[in-house]
Amino acid sequence: MKIPLSRIAHARSGDKGDTANVGVIAYQEKHFPILVREVTPARVKAHFGDLVKGHVERFELPNLGALNFLLHESLGGGGTLSLRVDAQGKTLGAGLLTLEIEAGEAEL
Amino acid sequence: MIRIANGQGFWGDWLEAPVRLVEQGPIDYLILDYLAEITMSILQKQKEADVALGYARDFPPLMGRIASKLRQRNVKVIANAGGVNPIACALEVRRVAPQLKVAVVLGDDIFPRLDELMAAGHAMANMETGAPLSTIRSRVLSANAYIGAFPLAEALATGADVVIAGRSTDTALALAPMVHRFGWKPDEFDKLAAGTIAGHIVECGAQCTGGNCQADWKSIPDMANIGYPIIEAEPDGSFVITKHHGTGGRVSLDSVKEQLLYELGDPLNYITPDCTADFTSIRLKDDGADRVRVSGIRGGPRTPMLKLSISYAYGWKAIGTLVYSTPEAIEKAQAADRIVRERLGQLGLKFEEIYTEILGWNACHGKAAPANANPAEVQLRIGVRGEDRKAIDRFTRELAPLVLNGPPTATGFGDGRPPVREVVAYWPALIPRELISTSIEVFEP
Repeated sequence: MKIPLSRIAHARSGDKGDTANVGVIAYQEKHFPILVREVTPARVKAHFGDLVKGHVERFELPNLGALNFLLHESLGGGGTLSLRVDAQGKTLGAGLLTLEIEAGEAEL
Repeated sequence: MIRIANGQGFWGDWLEAPVRLVEQGPIDYLILDYLAEITMSILQKQKEADVALGYARDFPPLMGRIASKLRQRNVKVIANAGGVNPIACALEVRRVAPQLKVAVVLGDDIFPRLDELMAAGHAMANMETGAPLSTIRSRVLSANAYIGAFPLAEALATGADVVIAGRSTDTALALAPMVHRFGWKPDEFDKLAAGTIAGHIVECGAQCTGGNCQADWKSIPDMANIGYPIIEAEPDGSFVITKHHGTGGRVSLDSVKEQLLYELGDPLNYITPDCTADFTSIRLKDDGADRVRVSGIRGGPRTPMLKLSISYAYGWKAIGTLVYSTPEAIEKAQAADRIVRERLGQLGLKFEEIYTEILGWNACHGKAAPANANPAEVQLRIGVRGEDRKAIDRFTRELAPLVLNGPPTATGFGDGRPPVREVVAYWPALIPRELISTSIEVFEP
């Protein structure tokens, strides 16, 4: 069935230059495999559309039940150059949690 | 075990936090992080205007306020408040808190050495673009090397009450007392990585104790009196993250995990001047109310290069806003944006970028924002950036007229024309470690 990512995960986002980072963390360790399967770099990029101009990288931290995403060229130049209201990507974590994912009844 | 508390996540953080950390329970070290990447350039400008300035001006008054408590409770302070003028900072601390012994760490400021370093063949190329520093040399405003924990530990060994550094890393502030008290050596990578990760967890202040926490945020108690973080560090490299009893906020597995992921790049290779740290080795354990135990951390050797924080004058920018109400608020804001752009075009003004957002619709999340075709009101926000200050200045005249000569219901222009701001950009680069040597200067009470 389809559920919002926010049902099984929380997130925090920040910046390094023009790259935003989004950490997505499963509330329960047993849901980490769902994150790995469902929250792919391609889906993250598609979710934000034009906001992310560059590529999306993903790193796994199974010890924390977490994924770390780097969204390149997503902050309007970053730092002091950016003209965006969210120049540091502070809200992107909350934005990613609205992603709709597929999860089976049994694995939830 | 030693207790290391962080009372400042950035310059501008809550003024009461460090005072409460000293007053509301036992700590051994109070660390204060004042510097962001761009802060050094602001401080450099202040120093050029007045040779007695160029440091975090909040810091000396704080020392004056808590000096007697620091002595009473034997709390030592470590702060990167020195900016580009750590000696002036130390002198001001001595003036307002004469009973304190102050040690200053020098050597991070390479602004006066830039030409000599370039002549010796160090390109200091931009880590993102690859361009050599020579392409912007005339516009450089400040240049500092990131200093690690060992020079800070050396300063603590002088018996100083207050250690003032310039551009030390945030994590070094927390690691330094562990190196000093536990005698950790430069090749004890796992321990240094552990202290570094402890520093990463606390470096943004209350962001690990319930601040900006998404996990069940509405249930986090008493945020008005949020407790700032305390590391209970052990000689073996394990530690507990906690806060003072009776303070607000929450230290939980969730709050600590969120902060561990904050501003993280490759988790296998977190690079600092002291070591590399592996975030996939971290083991977290619930250790009771508002306590999280951290262990298992592995690290690797320090890299041969140090990171530089260089700032340079880039150009100018301005951001103007107008509010439009329902009905058709979004369409009105879009029409106003088209009008502004057409008028700027007619004037022949050139900008590096014109960027428009509609707040209340989709500015933060783009297409991921929930659909809402009829918001009660939106804020049109147009920003421009470029090298020509005159063009930016002219732009700031183009929003107000729309109140009378554009789409209906424009309001919210009470503050007048938006200010033109200088854009100071950041130039990340590397330099061989052996070119940076530090020294300590001590001011006796």
